[in-house]
Amino acid sequence: MAKLLNEDATKQIKEVLQGMVNKVTMIVFTKKGKCNTCKETKQLLQEVKPLNDKINVLEKDLEDDLDEAKKYNVTLAPTIIILDKDDKYQGLKFTGIPAGHEINSFLSAILTMSGKNIEIDDKTIEKIKNIDKAVDIKVFITLSCPHCPGAVATSHALAYLNDNVEATMIEAQTFMDLAREYKVSGVPKIVINDKYEIVGNQPIDAYLKEIEKL
Amino acid sequence: MFNFNVEKKSNSDIFDQVKKWDLLIIGGGPAGLNAGLYAKRKGLVVGIIAKEIGGQLHNTTTVDNYLGFNMIEGKDLSNTFLDHINQLDVPILSGTNVKAITNIKPDFQIETENGKKLISKTVLMATGGMPRKLGIPGEDKFANKGITYCATCDAPFFKDKEVIVAGGGNSAVEGVLDLVPWAKKITLVHRSQFRADEILLKKLETIDKLTIHLQTQILAILGDELVTGIQVLNKKTNKKHIINTDGLLIEIGTVPNSYLIKDLVKTNQKDEVIVDNNQMTSLLGMFASGDITEQPFKQIIIATAEGAKAALAVNQYLNQNYKGE
Repeated sequence: MAKLLNEDATKQIKEVLQGMVNKVTMIVFTKKGKCNTCKETKQLLQEVKPLNDKINVLEKDLEDDLDEAKKYNVTLAPTIIILDKDDKYQGLKFTGIPAGHEINSFLSAILTMSGKNIEIDDKTIEKIKNIDKAVDIKVFITLSCPHCPGAVATSHALAYLNDNVEATMIEAQTFMDLAREYKVSGVPKIVINDKYEIVGNQPIDAYLKEIEKL
Repeated sequence: MFNFNVEKKSNSDIFDQVKKWDLLIIGGGPAGLNAGLYAKRKGLVVGIIAKEIGGQLHNTTTVDNYLGFNMIEGKDLSNTFLDHINQLDVPILSGTNVKAITNIKPDFQIETENGKKLISKTVLMATGGMPRKLGIPGEDKFANKGITYCATCDAPFFKDKEVIVAGGGNSAVEGVLDLVPWAKKITLVHRSQFRADEILLKKLETIDKLTIHLQTQILAILGDELVTGIQVLNKKTNKKHIINTDGLLIEIGTVPNSYLIKDLVKTNQKDEVIVDNNQMTSLLGMFASGDITEQPFKQIIIATAEGAKAALAVNQYLNQNYKGE
């Protein structure tokens, strides 16, 4: 099978992953039968795994491993979740393949879950830690969008810092029906608890402002 | 089938170590990156702060007017620039915006969104521009509900749909070309005559699904939950009519990202920063280059050149006129 990552991308990804602190486990959920980008998503993880010995990859089936899927609130395939060194899920999720520009938010999520320090000021971290309601953040992206990885990384930072927050990147081209349901015609589009919306790669304060309204 | 555009990272730890910078560059587009190159070669203690590296290059699919490259993708040109300055270890703090700039004479304090406070002897504003809005009824209501300002980001949402492109410059024509693989029908609407390069306009001649309305002003964007059409005025007949559409790509130029320094420096009526022959603003020690300035031709190569000019002028200023320590 032809490789997804060329020599240059492999080298660059390996360099970025040198910043990993602890081990992470990535679980990729796919499904049998017709599943757009499932095969490629699995392949991507298999190609990233050997680039750092702190990476572990598990492959699950959405139907055969239903309990596991339910545990992590996974309903669509392909979906990747990332667990920390203690196998704790902190709400960082990718639904659809994180290719194109989105490889950057994927690498950023791996580093974050490995324990690399997130650069956010103390005052903002305090605000994030004080979120006491369940928050579901969906970030619709396209793989050709250069502004999208920043929005995904911001929502993932919120999820990492507070167990009440779950943040999912949704690759809109694969999940176009879902994107249409949410009336997405421009990305990044961030939907919070299916109620409030933010458009564009906005600062974390813009997210907190919307979360406060919940 | 899939590309992987890995953003090349540079070491940002140094931003916690340097007590006073010679030059901090705000913006990671062509002007900022080239200024970084020239300043580092002069031996200045220089750093770049940018939310996204590449600036508006990332909104451009192909660039075919940068000397030395017949045709190159915007993101590849950005990576080529970045590779060059990474070889010189120019520190880049990416992923964060600058929140405030204060003039603490003769120096500057720069505060970032992620809580860093940096001191620099000089500042170069190279923050470029953001998409200009039409400023007509319906534009805010249907933002992201059929209206887009980024063809490369949003073209997939217009698969098999009808799309209108507003504008008559190079960006609008490139927007049409970006939509061709996706849209069922494309209509270009512009209030006057084309301003785009002849070489680009020739490419439009072969697109069967394209209709062009020149001398046509868009008056309002119509719809219910999503965009369904636009109301236009045909300036030749002076008659109004409606053009139905599923989406609207607005490519009518940019407005300068000068909001951070509007109260510090002189700007023109369009909020563009006024600079002297050395790219210095009206505030001693603050420079500006690229699309943020009032120079009328917003081109990559001009922004790049202005970045170089500013870096050389900063070096001269620090050697001859800087009053601090």
